[in-house]
Amino acid sequence: MTDDDKEKLDKLIQKYEGKEGFLIQLLLDLQSEMHWISKEAIKELSLRLKIPVSKIFRVASFYKAMNLSPVGRHNVCVCMGTACQVRGAQRLLDATESKLGIKSGQTTRDYGFTLNRVNCLGCCAIGPVMIVDNDYHGRVDSKKVKLLLGQLASDSQN
Amino acid sequence: MARLTSIQDLEILRDEMERKRDPLRREVAICTGTGCLGLGARKVVSAFEREVELRGLQREINIKETGCPGFCEKGTLVVVSPPGIYYMGVQPDDVPEIVEETLCRGGLVGHLLYTDPVTGQKAVLEDDIPFYNHQLRFLIKNNIKINPKDIFDYIALGGYTALSRALSQMTAQDVIEEIKKSGLRGRGGGGFPTGKKWESTAQAPGQPKYVIVNCDEGDPGAFMDRALMEGNPHSVLEGLIIGAYAVGAHSGYIYVRMEYPLAVENTKFALHQARELGLLGKNILGSGFDFDVSVHRGAGAFVSGESTALMNALEGKVGEPRPKYVHTSTSGLWNRPSLLNNVETWANIPLIINRGADWFSSIGTEKSKGTKIFSLVGKVNNTGLVEVPMGMSLADIIYKIGGGIPNGKMLKGVQTGGPSGGIIPARHLQTPVDFEELTRLGSMMGSGSIIVIDEDTCAVDLARYFVDFLCDESCGKCLPCREGLLRMREILDGIVSGTGREEDLQILKEVADLMRKTSLCALGRTAVNPVLSTLSYYPDEYTAHIIEKRCPSLACKALVSYYVEPEVCIGCGLCKKNCPQGAIEGEEGSISVIDQSLCSRCGICFDVCPPKARAITKVSRGLVQSKAIEGEKA
Repeated sequence: MTDDDKEKLDKLIQKYEGKEGFLIQLLLDLQSEMHWISKEAIKELSLRLKIPVSKIFRVASFYKAMNLSPVGRHNVCVCMGTACQVRGAQRLLDATESKLGIKSGQTTRDYGFTLNRVNCLGCCAIGPVMIVDNDYHGRVDSKKVKLLLGQLASDSQN
Repeated sequence: MARLTSIQDLEILRDEMERKRDPLRREVAICTGTGCLGLGARKVVSAFEREVELRGLQREINIKETGCPGFCEKGTLVVVSPPGIYYMGVQPDDVPEIVEETLCRGGLVGHLLYTDPVTGQKAVLEDDIPFYNHQLRFLIKNNIKINPKDIFDYIALGGYTALSRALSQMTAQDVIEEIKKSGLRGRGGGGFPTGKKWESTAQAPGQPKYVIVNCDEGDPGAFMDRALMEGNPHSVLEGLIIGAYAVGAHSGYIYVRMEYPLAVENTKFALHQARELGLLGKNILGSGFDFDVSVHRGAGAFVSGESTALMNALEGKVGEPRPKYVHTSTSGLWNRPSLLNNVETWANIPLIINRGADWFSSIGTEKSKGTKIFSLVGKVNNTGLVEVPMGMSLADIIYKIGGGIPNGKMLKGVQTGGPSGGIIPARHLQTPVDFEELTRLGSMMGSGSIIVIDEDTCAVDLARYFVDFLCDESCGKCLPCREGLLRMREILDGIVSGTGREEDLQILKEVADLMRKTSLCALGRTAVNPVLSTLSYYPDEYTAHIIEKRCPSLACKALVSYYVEPEVCIGCGLCKKNCPQGAIEGEEGSISVIDQSLCSRCGICFDVCPPKARAITKVSRGLVQSKAIEGEKA
């Protein structure tokens, strides 16, 4: 970890000083700062908080929101909730996987995209739904996926 | 913001707001709940801001971003008040027309009004729209009137009167008695009597005590808690403060799943404003009662919605359930007496305190009182959130409110209760929806999702979907759930891919029975419901997959083939262009042919085939060959 990163970590720890049960919140904050939780970060946290590495790792690996490997610049998330499922979410996921050339849970080689499936985003009425970065898109079909992702890919090349 | 130090202060503030309100100023309320945002609400808001500024109407028109009023199907929703003209499906391009026609000239924009699909009649106001006028809305009615980031909007509509009433005119015991008398039952799924839960936390020895809002709404298909937490956070908070007063707690937690970032944001904002006004903190409204709340974000684990698992998560631990031989009301968070209720349960509390237990218990059925918000989704015309009295029949919800099934398809059944629920077949649609009736049919209320399925959804595949979902979400702490789910998935995967055996059905039942009897928490115990309910209601579909190797709904990928009808193919070549496998042959202008050995059955060709041609059909596997032979003979 760079000194800059270590400083960030110290700041986050300060925020929760004196509070109980903050580990999950701290890891979530750490992730929004660094986009993922690295082995080094866990080691540093362990040293500073005097919590064993194994315990931090257990928490970080239990929760889906925590990425233990680096993620792409763009985050694509396909909702697989029941309402989306009955409206063709599987086809949407297939189309997204084939467009990006990766399976869900993977990141493209150039770290352009990370694709994940999520078990329900709670926008069930407008399914199938996907999130691209922080934007929600409703009633997405394979055509719209191509358009959305194609746009992003060409944006990041420019 | 001046701190309110007494009950009178709150009333003075409300009077002052009413006095200052400009009756001539018109309001444009735009739903910016996550649903409408997904349909482009943000751009609609910007378009209104631009248009109003362009015309210099900032003084006359107030643009308000609100929470979700429920009719997500028709988003983006825009309501112009007075008098409350309901515009639907609004796009940024429609905005100049609304401003010109309605706000400047006082007319209507006909094409944005609700149109009855049968009679063609237009509806102007909310009460004229069938989706709304068959509902009975108390909990979500105000969502379209409130900017969730403005506590004064909530106060103007009578917000925090229940709290001031409880603090000034009722003892803690009175509050508990009132909730008990109301007959309110937990809206998170279990349906446990809320008042009883409060009473046992109040009577439990030891301090500190905690109150908790469970907004870890993980049930796929349910989003009423999101809508309430996002759209009207103060209604939940007010309920929580009253609960804390009743059981003697001084700190509380709101646990929000991280998949709901807007709910997290709005809740934090609400807490901040309530604190500034003195509705949280020391000596609330001069009553001597101290209470504060913090927000805890979930980190993506379905099982954390289970009450004991949620408490583990609040402690910063892995969100696994604890054995329940000790109740959380006596030993919950940090092993202290803890009162946990679901978002919707908390939101009911101010209503009961304001209007009385007798009013509340006059709504609903014998054992299920009040209204319930359902998320009506899936294959139904009007999707969205609907709030109805307990006991309304599924048929009324689906046909009167939901407007029936789209595209002339047949209704196959209704899935309720999420992954812990079951599928109820069409023949039971007259069933009144309450806790008892749904359980009797082998499903459950759960958090209130009603997922309508039509003939295109395969019952076996849906059961497999839920088992797969739960395999992913089982925490793995106890063996019956961890292993049982894996074995069930193995079997169901086999059945939907055409390798199922007749004895599989018996094994499924045995595994289910074992899981039901021996799992640690409700996740494992109820995980079998989707399988058992489909086995009992749709046995023919299972046998069709196993014996005939056929999926009657043509939904199971391994058992279908895509086929180009040569007579209707227009040779546009779109299917060939879009096929990711390169499995389609045929030059542009000539008929396309799918090479079945290369086809991955992704269905993209089916999606892209132009509606005027509809040349690609789905058929049972094996039929393609016979069709091709027929073709050759011809």
